[in-house]
Amino acid sequence: MLFFLLKRVVYAVPIALGVTLLTFLLVYLAPGDALNAIAPADAPAEVIAALKHTYGLDRPLPVQYGLWLARAMHGDLGNSIASGRAVRAEVLAAVGNTLKLALLAAGAGVLGGCLLGAVAGLRSGSALDRLATLLSLVGVSIPHYWLGMVLTIVFSIALPWLPAFGAGPDSAGGWVLDAAHLRYALLPAATMAVIPMGIVTRTVRALVSDTLGREFVLALRARGLGEFAVFCHVARNVAPTVLAVGGLQVGYLMGGSILVETVFAWPGTGFLLNTAIFQRDMPLLQGTILVLCLFFVALNLLVDLLQPLLDPRMVRR
Amino acid sequence: MNSSYWNKVAQALRRDPVAMAAAALLALLLLAAWAAPWIAPADPYHGSMLHRLQPLGATGHWLGTDELGRDMLSRLLYGARLSLLIGVVPVAAAFVLGTVIGLFAGYVGGAANTLIMRTLDVFYAFPSVLLAVAIAGALGPGLSNSLLALTLVFVPQVVRVAESVTTQVRNLDYVEAARMSGAGSLRILREQILGNVLGPIFVYATGLLSVSMILGSGLSFLGLGVKPPEPEWGLMLNTLRSAIYLNPWIAALPGAMIFFTSIAFNLLADGVRSALELRA
Amino acid sequence: MNTPPDTVHQDRGGPAQPLLQVHKLKKYFPVRTGGWLRQPSYVHAVDEVSFSVAKGQTLGIVGESGCGKSTTARLVARLLPPDSGKLVFDGEGVAEFRGLALRDFRRNLQMVFQDSYASLNPRLTAAQSIAFGPRVHGVTAHAAQQLAESLLARVGLEPRQFAARYPHELSGGQRQRVNIARALAFDPRLLILDEAVAALDKSVQAQVLNLLQELKAERALTYLFISHDLHVVHYLSDQVMVMYLGQVVEIGPVRRIYDTPQHPYTRALLSATPSLDPARRTLQPPLQGDPPNPIDPAPGCRFRTRCAHAQAVCQERAPELLPCGDAPSHQVACHMQQPGSGDSQAVAVPEFVPMALATGGHA
Repeated sequence: MLFFLLKRVVYAVPIALGVTLLTFLLVYLAPGDALNAIAPADAPAEVIAALKHTYGLDRPLPVQYGLWLARAMHGDLGNSIASGRAVRAEVLAAVGNTLKLALLAAGAGVLGGCLLGAVAGLRSGSALDRLATLLSLVGVSIPHYWLGMVLTIVFSIALPWLPAFGAGPDSAGGWVLDAAHLRYALLPAATMAVIPMGIVTRTVRALVSDTLGREFVLALRARGLGEFAVFCHVARNVAPTVLAVGGLQVGYLMGGSILVETVFAWPGTGFLLNTAIFQRDMPLLQGTILVLCLFFVALNLLVDLLQPLLDPRMVRR
Repeated sequence: MNSSYWNKVAQALRRDPVAMAAAALLALLLLAAWAAPWIAPADPYHGSMLHRLQPLGATGHWLGTDELGRDMLSRLLYGARLSLLIGVVPVAAAFVLGTVIGLFAGYVGGAANTLIMRTLDVFYAFPSVLLAVAIAGALGPGLSNSLLALTLVFVPQVVRVAESVTTQVRNLDYVEAARMSGAGSLRILREQILGNVLGPIFVYATGLLSVSMILGSGLSFLGLGVKPPEPEWGLMLNTLRSAIYLNPWIAALPGAMIFFTSIAFNLLADGVRSALELRA
Repeated sequence: MNTPPDTVHQDRGGPAQPLLQVHKLKKYFPVRTGGWLRQPSYVHAVDEVSFSVAKGQTLGIVGESGCGKSTTARLVARLLPPDSGKLVFDGEGVAEFRGLALRDFRRNLQMVFQDSYASLNPRLTAAQSIAFGPRVHGVTAHAAQQLAESLLARVGLEPRQFAARYPHELSGGQRQRVNIARALAFDPRLLILDEAVAALDKSVQAQVLNLLQELKAERALTYLFISHDLHVVHYLSDQVMVMYLGQVVEIGPVRRIYDTPQHPYTRALLSATPSLDPARRTLQPPLQGDPPNPIDPAPGCRFRTRCAHAQAVCQERAPELLPCGDAPSHQVACHMQQPGSGDSQAVAVPEFVPMALATGGHA
């Protein structure tokens, strides 16, 4: 089994490399010059050439990739063309904010989903079950950026309870877990939580209902075990999958946060991506995508490695 | 390949009231979108600044007006065209492309299969929203660019399903019997394998419809998709954002359309899945 | 059928030429040990198997699961490429230079599989499945449909009822009949039946077996019948070949094999089938010991770990398949039967009491 785990880790390496290659190439899909952001179109040729040389844009593509990769492995993601600041610092700060939001949202979503799904699975076919199914349908069908707007309308405008934008009372700092900042996180987290909640509700409901129908539950009941004890057994069966799904959801939320962060002006990676795209700031764009994807790959790997430990039956290929 | 299988699937679907309701809703929407030039009360591109952000039920504008004074009902109707397009076209394209690649990879197996699947694994390493945004961001705004970006995001997913099913079917005895008959690979793929493989792929693809619509509108929302002044629900959400302080419910309307259409797509997809499972 | 004169199905070799000759077929499957650096191990699925089948005969192949019978069938049918070995069909080498082209070979040889459900495309009707083969070879759709219907009638399925049915609308026995009809659509000369009746109820089995006998007589077919069911093999076969761990251990006329089996494994197989006669009881377990690992087997006779008569010579040398004594058609691979092999029993053959099979043990 150890060999399997090792194999899985080794396998992640070419994937990660492929990700770096794709990230690097994506940016070169862009029509138009990378320098449009800083040099006006009618700048003299020598200026353009000098700028190109500074940013290494006059070397052949594979060389550029190699240099970029080598620097990235040392943690140097270059400097943002627009702001001049180190990409790494900006990205890491943003990652921190998004991660906190994603964890909050995933946590709330998974918990809510477990509750709803468990209730639905236990009372299969009842009105409660149907309600839970409806809620999970809503969860997967709703455009979450719209939901963000609606929640803003309700809780920020109609009822002035919560702030509509930003991560904290001062715009400079990031988000920390304290009373002042919690209010700012409520709406974005609630918005983001809907997605994992929908998925987890479906998953848990199906698993619980399926497990309850299995023979070993019948055997437990026949031995006189009370409902709560039966539920604990069911929970143990369902837990590994839920943890796996939940873990992956954190990854999806991190990767897909751009929409919600745009609505709430949350200073996270999504917001950074938005800025980078519109300013055509290639180093920032590359750096952000790279960090996000590698994080996603690492998260997938972690989930894959933990699964067999939690559930001996499932050794995922 | 026989039509009787799909006939039976359609029959099962017809008996599913929820799926039928969803299908009816979608049909109605499609009809409205197609008939927009005739049934829209006003010009979706021009409006009067004097009448901007009129509320619901205003005279002459049942659903109010947007921030440039354009009639919301007309914009929503015209917007349905683009939004539905964004929902359906990438999925249809990914369905065709993904099936072809997946069938090929699943049938030939071996090194070619490994090469294809491992390359796609790299795409899989990107969360779909991020990939769509990255590609659309790189290509630049525009409808065709966002359609392309979405297709590229969905193709690896469809290939995965197609390859998996093809690999299972390929090892069954009746395919061996077909090989024994001396039939060429293309013939076997077309007559023996395809019919058995399309079902699950189709189910998966219908599940992607709502994702495509939400993601596509999301790209427009970010300014990476459809460009103004084209009416598209996601884009309308973007341009109306600043209006939520003045007339919140108008701003929420386009999103509501996306929401309901997406629910309809999902219910239909669920129905298709159930119908196919019954036939299996 | 308006087809040009059929040279593919002609009898070229004459009555004395065996229809099928197999020389030293070999197929090893690599075992994925998971390490890239270690030498790969191989499962010796089929290890230098040779036999021949005369025209109009039925060769039964028996053995336990995993002895290589199905792999041998697939090698003969060329569904798998052999690692080495030669296939000669009616005197011509198959897929060799100046030999028989693979495509023509395929039209002479067909296979009926065990799992009747998996061997029919669930999306095609019975008639469509049967018609597929002829259509591949250029027959028009209409003519193929007619052929399919006539074949359905021949195998006992009324075309009006069964032609448009799907596999899930047929019973197991009916599906196997469709499979047989499909194989016959090629007008083959050799039919390989890989556990074709194993999954059927006994009564249905009997019907299908009788159908096979009739067809064989009508169309001058030759059968390769693979089974683990000794009764059925006894009923159908003219010759029997016993396989163990990828090798042929005994081959000969059915009567001789069942009455006077020479190889200890054959004897064990036959005595494992209980007798209906209470006077004949199985006194000792037919086989002892554990089956050896099919991966990279040790030298010497592969049966020695379970053989009650194993001796030193059995570990040193693998026995060859040689005729035993008075009957040249009966060959066995055992040191005991081979004079001068060094086995202490080589000259005297232990007595064997024929069990129930020879006396009406079959349905």
